[in-house]
Amino acid sequence: MDEVTQRALQVATERGASYADTRTVRRLNERITVRTGRVAGVSRREDEGFGVRVLVDGAWGFASSCRLTTAEAERVAAQAVRIARASAQAMRRSVVLDGRPPQQGRFETPVAVDPFAVPLERKVEDLLLADSAMRSAAPLAFAESTYRAHREWKTYADSAGSDISQVITHAGAAIEANAVAGDEHQRRSYPDPDGGMRAGGYERVRELDLVGHAGRIAEEAVALLTAPQCPAGRRTIVLDPTQLYLQIHESCGHPAELDRVFGSEASYAGTSFLTLDRLAEGFRCGSDLVEIVADATAPGGMGTFGWDDEGVPAQTVTLVHEGTFVGYLSSRETAPRIGRTSSGAMRADGWNRIPLIRMTNINLLPRPGRSLEEIIAETEDGLYLVTNRSWSIDDRRLNFQFATELAYEIRGGKLGRLLRNPTYTGITYEFWRSCDAVADGRSYRMLGTPNCGKGEPSQEGHVGHACSGARFRDVQVGVGRW
Amino acid sequence: MSGPGTSQLPIAERLLQLAEREGATQAEVVLLATDAALTRFANSEIHQNVVETDLVANLRFVAGRRVGVASSGRLDAAGLATLAETAARIARVQPELDEPVVLPEPGAIPALQAGYSEATARATPEARAAAVGAAIAAADAAGVLAFGSFATSADRLVVANSRGVRAEQVTTQARLVTICMGQDGEAGYGEALAVDVGAIDPAAVGREAAGRAVRSRAPVPLEPAVYPVVLEPYAVVDLLDMLGMLGFSALAAEEGRSFYEPGRRIASELVSTWDDATDPSGTPSAFDYEGVGKQRVQLIDRGRCADLVYDTATAARAGRRSTGHGLLAPNTLGPVPANQFMAPGDASVEDLLAGVEHGLLVTRFNYTNPVHAKRAIVTGMTRDGTFLVEHGEVVGPVRNLRFTQSYLEALGAVEAVGRERRLLAGELGSCVVPGLRIASWDFTGATEH
Repeated sequence: MDEVTQRALQVATERGASYADTRTVRRLNERITVRTGRVAGVSRREDEGFGVRVLVDGAWGFASSCRLTTAEAERVAAQAVRIARASAQAMRRSVVLDGRPPQQGRFETPVAVDPFAVPLERKVEDLLLADSAMRSAAPLAFAESTYRAHREWKTYADSAGSDISQVITHAGAAIEANAVAGDEHQRRSYPDPDGGMRAGGYERVRELDLVGHAGRIAEEAVALLTAPQCPAGRRTIVLDPTQLYLQIHESCGHPAELDRVFGSEASYAGTSFLTLDRLAEGFRCGSDLVEIVADATAPGGMGTFGWDDEGVPAQTVTLVHEGTFVGYLSSRETAPRIGRTSSGAMRADGWNRIPLIRMTNINLLPRPGRSLEEIIAETEDGLYLVTNRSWSIDDRRLNFQFATELAYEIRGGKLGRLLRNPTYTGITYEFWRSCDAVADGRSYRMLGTPNCGKGEPSQEGHVGHACSGARFRDVQVGVGRW
Repeated sequence: MSGPGTSQLPIAERLLQLAEREGATQAEVVLLATDAALTRFANSEIHQNVVETDLVANLRFVAGRRVGVASSGRLDAAGLATLAETAARIARVQPELDEPVVLPEPGAIPALQAGYSEATARATPEARAAAVGAAIAAADAAGVLAFGSFATSADRLVVANSRGVRAEQVTTQARLVTICMGQDGEAGYGEALAVDVGAIDPAAVGREAAGRAVRSRAPVPLEPAVYPVVLEPYAVVDLLDMLGMLGFSALAAEEGRSFYEPGRRIASELVSTWDDATDPSGTPSAFDYEGVGKQRVQLIDRGRCADLVYDTATAARAGRRSTGHGLLAPNTLGPVPANQFMAPGDASVEDLLAGVEHGLLVTRFNYTNPVHAKRAIVTGMTRDGTFLVEHGEVVGPVRNLRFTQSYLEALGAVEAVGRERRLLAGELGSCVVPGLRIASWDFTGATEH
């Protein structure tokens, strides 16, 4: 345990904290953006600091600083205690944490090729090649190729004796082709619209084969300009993993966050329809085929770690079992309120933010039997929706609406016409109850987003979602006037 | 909180020297110092209380037609040297750009008026807790629970470049958000934003949210359809934010993804908007992240597209001068209007409602997102107070609705503009906006609350 951490914990305890934890975090981020043949941005950002969280008289206080000195540790710890005492002025229920033994250990994301060791010119060249391949394949208005790597060194220690160190590495790349004609602007992206990041190193970029997919997405973007508008109606839809991952994120992951249920996010992100009475009754939130887990150990997932930011070991928790709601993402504070222990879902966006309940890797498990292609082949009449373009959901996570970059008509089990501007909408539990096919492991893949917004002050979370594709019946598509 | 310290210009000067030593043909340093605190409450009690002290340096290193950017919070002598070396290394390994890179030269920077408040910079956790207590007391009196946050911050921004730009300012902001909710589906919103924390009346914000919640108790379902609407200022913020992001950036226009065309009619003649960071009735700022003085830019003039906001790069390509809307390098988003205003009209709240035969009063929108950016088609939900209006009178609450609506068509259907305006926070910055009456708004779905 370093001196800053030791001193912070000591001062917090001396000043009256019944519990204290300290996280010291150093983060390194690298981004490269190539835009229409031009290197639009290359940046490397590094920040470092520590945060002290304390419980005093049953109330939380948190303070943080970028100055890693023992004198600053003393100041910040004392400030956290003072803030906690101020919090107690408007407190009606004392915080109680679940009991658990202190943790010690080290975790490191498996990395085959250190992304920060790959020469910068090589990474720029990889993006320029993809950019050139897109623009030579079709007349684009603009194109963008991005690379991003993130590494976080963090130590966690608490007054109960935990002492943990972790090194988390995420990396990825993505390409985006944009075509414009008149009022029409069409975008196609690969591998997903969230930057293609996964846990791991530069091997994640190489396995994407950006150049190999560049021509196809460029041609699709241009073809979409003249494709027919997706008609309105109630249809069978098959969601590709590149759309399904965000459907899981918005309509399954967020409502399972127990802090939302208790109202902690009510003033910003909202609450949840998965209320405590629905856990007790075994609420039917999907068909029998729907099996959703929060798995903080899944290979490649951006929600994979050794311990969360409360020192709780990574674990796999079932949220939905055969369509029935059975569990939450929780913390050491929220879990005891429903008679459980933490699911290990607390993570903070750096040293200057408190941990919040965040999704880990929220995965829709594949169902043995049929591949995604076979599901399409057995669909008489429907739409195959690919790659998220837009998302929106209400503050209790019930009414959602998504748009995808493209749709293909399915007629007699075969993919037909390309359609532009597809949208679909529904009520979360009705939609998941209409799921009548989940693809097997052949199309099961890890996706995710590094931009999950939550909390005040705002925090961005890195979360993972693995899925294989699924079919839904009687869904409203083609929303609005076009 | 005591404000983010003393002048940071000496650090910027030192970093510029280091960049020059590393061979920079031009260099720009941006320093961001923050003292920020936030007290959050839920179920009428404080559940989160945080404070943050931060200082970060961002170095844009230009070597001929190559640019590298690095940033760091390690600002001792060794940290600054490493930062300069890193930015130089990034710049040197890149291919040359087709166009020359020109950082801004010193220009006129408007005097910062009313952008700083000592009271905000020195706000204590006890003072925030007391203010939150006043908002909660209003909720208690109305029999509802209060949820929200009270944030105070002081930010120092320094921009210095090798062409002689030297700019430094300290600004403050305070924002109280309160949502009140109860057991019967009621929800109401209240918000106050100010440079001076003393200008915020937390009890009044609490009363506004609690009153709206009580009026929205037991909302009834309403069939989604096209209805006329009266939008409260909270909802109007979203229109300006979205159009600012999608259309009034020079980069969006350059790439063909904007609806903007000079002189194109996109709104009713009643609608005029502009961006003006120098107006003391907003959240003033004197210069942008390139050290260029902020200019007032008319965006919509009586319904027609008037102009765009520019940063140095987009201005150079367009043969214009930057309007002072640059973001932190490397900025791939382009310039954005962060201090928008909408011209007031002459309608009272009663006048706005009086024109609605059968329609809705919408307090605010939730989770909006473009469905089709170039046509500014946006989807989102209503939230925290949606009411049915019959014959010009509010007759009762309805459950929240989803909309899928072109914001351009909405502005084209503006029938009346409120005379009272509010300073409110938006996604891009702040907005000063009135309420609006709009002849038709396309509600495309409904939810259960």
